Amino acid sequence: MLEIKNLHARIADEGTEIIRGLNLTVAKGEVAAIMGPNGSGKSTLSYILAGREDYEVTEGDILFNGESILEMDPAERAASGIFLAFQYPMEIPGVATMEFLKVAMNAQRKARGEEPLKVPELLKKVKDAAGTLQMDMGMLKRPLNVGFSGGEKKRAEILQMKLLEPKLCVMDETDSGLDIDALKIVSDGVNALRSPDRAIVVITHYQRLLEHIVPDSVHVLYKGQIIKSGDKSLALDLEANGYAGVIGEAA
Amino acid sequence: MNIQTPIKNTPAELALIDAFGERLALLPGDGEVMLKRDAAIEAIKAGLPTRRIESWHYTDLRRLLTKVPAFDAGLEAKPVAPLIEGSPVLTVLNGVAGKPVAIEGVTATPVAEKLGDGTYAPALGAQGADDAIGALNSAFVADGWLLEIADGTVLEKPVEVQNVQAGGQVHTRFAAKIGNGVTATIVERQTGSGDALVSSVDNVVIGDGSEVTWLIVQEQPDTATHFGQFNAWIGKDAKFTLFVMNAGGKLVRQEIRVVTKGEGSDFQLRGVDLLHGDTHTDVTMVLDHAVPNTGSREIIRNVVTGKARGVFQGRINVHQVAQKTDAKMACNTLLLSDDGEFSTKPELEIFADDVACGHGATVTEIDHAHLFYLMARGIDEKTARGLLVKAFVAEVIEELEDEALVEALEARLDGWFAEHG
Repeated sequence: MLEIKNLHARIADEGTEIIRGLNLTVAKGEVAAIMGPNGSGKSTLSYILAGREDYEVTEGDILFNGESILEMDPAERAASGIFLAFQYPMEIPGVATMEFLKVAMNAQRKARGEEPLKVPELLKKVKDAAGTLQMDMGMLKRPLNVGFSGGEKKRAEILQMKLLEPKLCVMDETDSGLDIDALKIVSDGVNALRSPDRAIVVITHYQRLLEHIVPDSVHVLYKGQIIKSGDKSLALDLEANGYAGVIGEAA
Repeated sequence: MNIQTPIKNTPAELALIDAFGERLALLPGDGEVMLKRDAAIEAIKAGLPTRRIESWHYTDLRRLLTKVPAFDAGLEAKPVAPLIEGSPVLTVLNGVAGKPVAIEGVTATPVAEKLGDGTYAPALGAQGADDAIGALNSAFVADGWLLEIADGTVLEKPVEVQNVQAGGQVHTRFAAKIGNGVTATIVERQTGSGDALVSSVDNVVIGDGSEVTWLIVQEQPDTATHFGQFNAWIGKDAKFTLFVMNAGGKLVRQEIRVVTKGEGSDFQLRGVDLLHGDTHTDVTMVLDHAVPNTGSREIIRNVVTGKARGVFQGRINVHQVAQKTDAKMACNTLLLSDDGEFSTKPELEIFADDVACGHGATVTEIDHAHLFYLMARGIDEKTARGLLVKAFVAEVIEELEDEALVEALEARLDGWFAEHG
């Protein structure tokens, strides 16, 4: 489903190369975890997948369902089924959460040639999804993410993910800022989305999240490259021994 | 030689002076009213303000006012649909007040009547040498509405006053004497279809303990010159909210002059300026905190597109006796074009020593992180930008709390974005 081939990318403004020849393949139905120390390029990779302009791909390609997405803008990528759950979701004053959900859901439906949702259908979908995440509907009347706690923001991301039903979910440090109860709720939300048709890329610094979202594969990202891949036992190994051993092996 | 050489009048000034000569016989009022008119036209003869006059620094009226159309009584203006369905509407159509409407607790009198019997004379005249709008309007004002709202009146629906021009010149007044303990919302529409020169002056006195919201919605065509002046005096423990939306006009100056007259009074100004094309819009406020224990908040949000130029001047005078004044002013501009510009001049003049006053101004572009976030959810760039721009001004509109008003104003906003966004 996702194939990243020899990807090189740099910060557009100043030219610092962050991703340096990254290769990764994630199959349909697979949950892949990407782990790595701070500064290894994890968040950059997630932004590049979503199409953020601040980064420039200088070499290599990203294929989604066999087609290159490099020429697509963020909205087109989202409409094609790529979803990024942000590490730091944006607070956007003045945009009501409900209105935002409506516009986003209908924009994607339109891009796929589907009819826009009517308000009652939309409300029902949102209410059902919010219920499973133990979110208060009152929150959704507020401006998007404004005044939400860290945990509420992460739940709101998962809510959007549930509602937009993407094919590829990229989750950037979804566990950061969550207490253990919230972590459980968010993980349950993600696990409910596991399906043979959907791939999930979980980017995380700690093994903790992977106890709740058990990955099929684990990849270690260091200095812009995947330096080691393995199954879930690799994550446990990293937890026990730190990144130093793996980095030493690769060097 | 000590004799001052008379200045050489500009074509616009000459056109105004000529128009006064021709118009004089048709204007209502004599005696004191006529003396006020004569004094006002003398002020125009002395020359319109230039950038050398501090309060007109960013709007050099002498240079910018190039078009002075002739009066044309033959033109017909039609009322517009009220902002809130079912509101009683008092119209001024191309300068002439329409039929009165019965509103419980409100006595509405055409200003032409008040000019005719001379009772309106004290309200005429310029407030100082730089008051060009007051002078222009005092010289030419022909009609408008005086609203007298009885003590204790609670208006269930907003009362709407409309100043609709069809071209030529229109000089109007809306005055309101609002009693004590009144709850009221007044909607003022400034609109039309012609290349008109419009002046419209409001004098509003708000009684003790009243809660009043006044909205000015200015949507003149791109060809019109619009001069507005809003004067208000706020009584004890009264809460007054003024909302001003400018969404049209070629050359616009809206002045706001407010005095807190009674202790415990509160003034809120919310402004939205939607600027497009090759236009010039100036909002200039002078607020006097004249007694102790009064508060004010001013929030102005501007969206600048095309080659539009905008100005906000906000001056807060805190008088020596006005201890415990709590005043805050903010002016935020979203600049969407490289050719547009916005000038902000906040001024605080504080003579009391125990006050909390502050001001802030920002000029920003669309936040790219916000744009990315919205687009990452599949919202195309144009729609995402639209959402963010609307959000920027809607924040101010939503503070009005009255849902019907918020919806109606957002609909005006959507209309503007559909045309110019």
